[in-house]
Amino acid sequence: MKLLFDGIDEPGLNTLEVYERRGGYRSLRKALSMPSEEVLENISDSGLRGRGGAGFRMGQKASFLPHGDMDKYLVCNADESEPGTFKDRELMQKSPHMLIEGIAIASWAAEINRAFIYIRGEYEQQARILEAAIAEAQRAGYLGERILGSEHSLSLVLHRGAGAYICGEETGLLDSLEGKRGNPRLKPPFPAIEGLYHGPTLINNVETLCTVPHIIRMGGKEYAKLGTETSTGTKLVSVSGDVQRPGNYEIELGIPAREIIYGLAGGPPEGREVKFWFPGGSSAPVLTREDLDISYDFDSLAKAGSMLGSGAIIVVDESHTVLEVMHKLVKFYAHESCGKCVPCREGTNWTLKMVQRIQSGEATPMDLDIMASVQEEIIGNCLCVLGDAMAMPVGSMVAKFRPELEAEIELARERSGAGALQDVVALGVADEHAGPIPVH
Amino acid sequence: MSVRVPRFGHGSRVPGWDEAVDLSKDPAVVPDPATTEVPAELRERVQAAMAKYPDRRSAAIPALHAAQEAHGWCSPEAIEQVAAVMQLTPAYLSAVATFYDMLETQPRPAHHDVYVCTNISCSLRGADAVHEAMVEAAAGLPDVHVRPFECLGACDIAPMASVDGEYVGPLSPEDASRIVEDLQAGRPVLPSKQLRLRACADPGVARGADSFGPPGDRAPRADAAGLGERGDERDRPGPSAPIEKEAGEP
Repeated sequence: MKLLFDGIDEPGLNTLEVYERRGGYRSLRKALSMPSEEVLENISDSGLRGRGGAGFRMGQKASFLPHGDMDKYLVCNADESEPGTFKDRELMQKSPHMLIEGIAIASWAAEINRAFIYIRGEYEQQARILEAAIAEAQRAGYLGERILGSEHSLSLVLHRGAGAYICGEETGLLDSLEGKRGNPRLKPPFPAIEGLYHGPTLINNVETLCTVPHIIRMGGKEYAKLGTETSTGTKLVSVSGDVQRPGNYEIELGIPAREIIYGLAGGPPEGREVKFWFPGGSSAPVLTREDLDISYDFDSLAKAGSMLGSGAIIVVDESHTVLEVMHKLVKFYAHESCGKCVPCREGTNWTLKMVQRIQSGEATPMDLDIMASVQEEIIGNCLCVLGDAMAMPVGSMVAKFRPELEAEIELARERSGAGALQDVVALGVADEHAGPIPVH
Repeated sequence: MSVRVPRFGHGSRVPGWDEAVDLSKDPAVVPDPATTEVPAELRERVQAAMAKYPDRRSAAIPALHAAQEAHGWCSPEAIEQVAAVMQLTPAYLSAVATFYDMLETQPRPAHHDVYVCTNISCSLRGADAVHEAMVEAAAGLPDVHVRPFECLGACDIAPMASVDGEYVGPLSPEDASRIVEDLQAGRPVLPSKQLRLRACADPGVARGADSFGPPGDRAPRADAAGLGERGDERDRPGPSAPIEKEAGEP
């Protein structure tokens, strides 16, 4: 079943003419003929969960917005910067009107009159395509005052970012959109109560909003029949890394991960096996080859100790070491930490130094214990989830690949001539069950 | 391990500032619009940006982008001009300009930007070798600037690079010299490897089927994004974000 990707490669789908010919903006007409409560009810019935990373129910989020005549805002998060994720790019580039239609419907559901799309600065072509599409939609009366003669009015502004991973975090994004440095805010208040310009704000990912026209077309209850009970609908997955056919695939939630990695993406190159994989972007704790038969949906992945996140599957095969992947990962988060709160700013940079310490042959297995304990200190103690986004996968790598990391430590020590580990073994540290040596 | 923090002139960590900044001016004072000269085009663009938002400060990033295009970088002079139009302090705008990677706060000569993604997905497929080859191919050329980059959101064409904003991939180290040649000849870079010409990987899209399976032989086809193969050279925006700066770089 293809919803978002139905006919996505049709030439000229980015123009209004082709989009309308394929049935575009009919859902908007239908939505505007319904009372806003009914539109919201359909979205709630669909069980649609946010596709950006947190997986929060969209209908519930929209229902948190206060009613009444006030300035409310809808912000589309198009700052797709999570390593391994590239689904929104394809949607915006090839079908920008689907996003615009989704924004128009969602804003009617929550009775919002001002909307913004915050797109990452690097997506230049996509920004140009969207800008042209917005102008077209405005001319055709799908945006602006009293859309299609209804009582719904909406202004839509495209805002280009300027290169910062943290601006994909919802409150960092709001600060950036307000023209400040993109530092996350303390929550609560949540954006639904106090967000952009202190007004109630609904923030949703590109893919989430693109799904809305399909929900209205099918009806919320009908959409909910797709996927599993708690993870309804279809999802775009971005498969990358050691697979033969990397790319975006639209799947029904709940199919086995093996079918995505091997069936669709072709699995690792001939003769190699999956070593581990990130199921939902680089921020998700890693899973191993034993987990390949897991059902790909929000709850099954959470139960397995990971998360669906943005739906970006990064596959790593046996030809790579855990340490080299960990190094890339940690370096990224250390670079992108905004520096506002201590556990993240210090924790990411400190972890990077620890990884480099392993590489240079200065580490002992005891360092892995310290590293794991520091990750625990980061999780849940930051203003936003950037710190957790490093701590969770790193913690999972240490837990799941400890023997390999210990072997790496030993190899690096040999290489650097830092002395064999026997002295350390004598102290009982190399024993897996021994605790760290007390430091005097 | 020590990280070298670049310092300039009088020990400032803000590069390029000390020569250009007028220390007699207070950064915390809104410049007087009557005495600050602003190029008409820049003024127009900043005002147009401000008009789009309920709060004029929201236009800070678009305005600084415009100033960067007019001046080449966010020089103190450029920031003062924007501050005069937006009625904000230069200090406020400097704080914004230094946060974002795409806003340049140091003088740079005109050049082509080649940003090689070296994040996880690309590095698994050999991005580090591509980056090395790229650095080698561009060695000694002042007009080609190669940098390692964080994820640019195109892992389907890994390993990839953004060349003056054009996404190309999958690259091999052998492509490096071709990229440099194309850039210097003013040709479109690696036309056969441009992302915009790629069809969706999902086999169901072409077949319209709900079944899964390996894709059949599909020839790469016309640009679905509606962009010409040569792109729209006229309004080609500036280079994409330099996310990663080397510590020692001035």
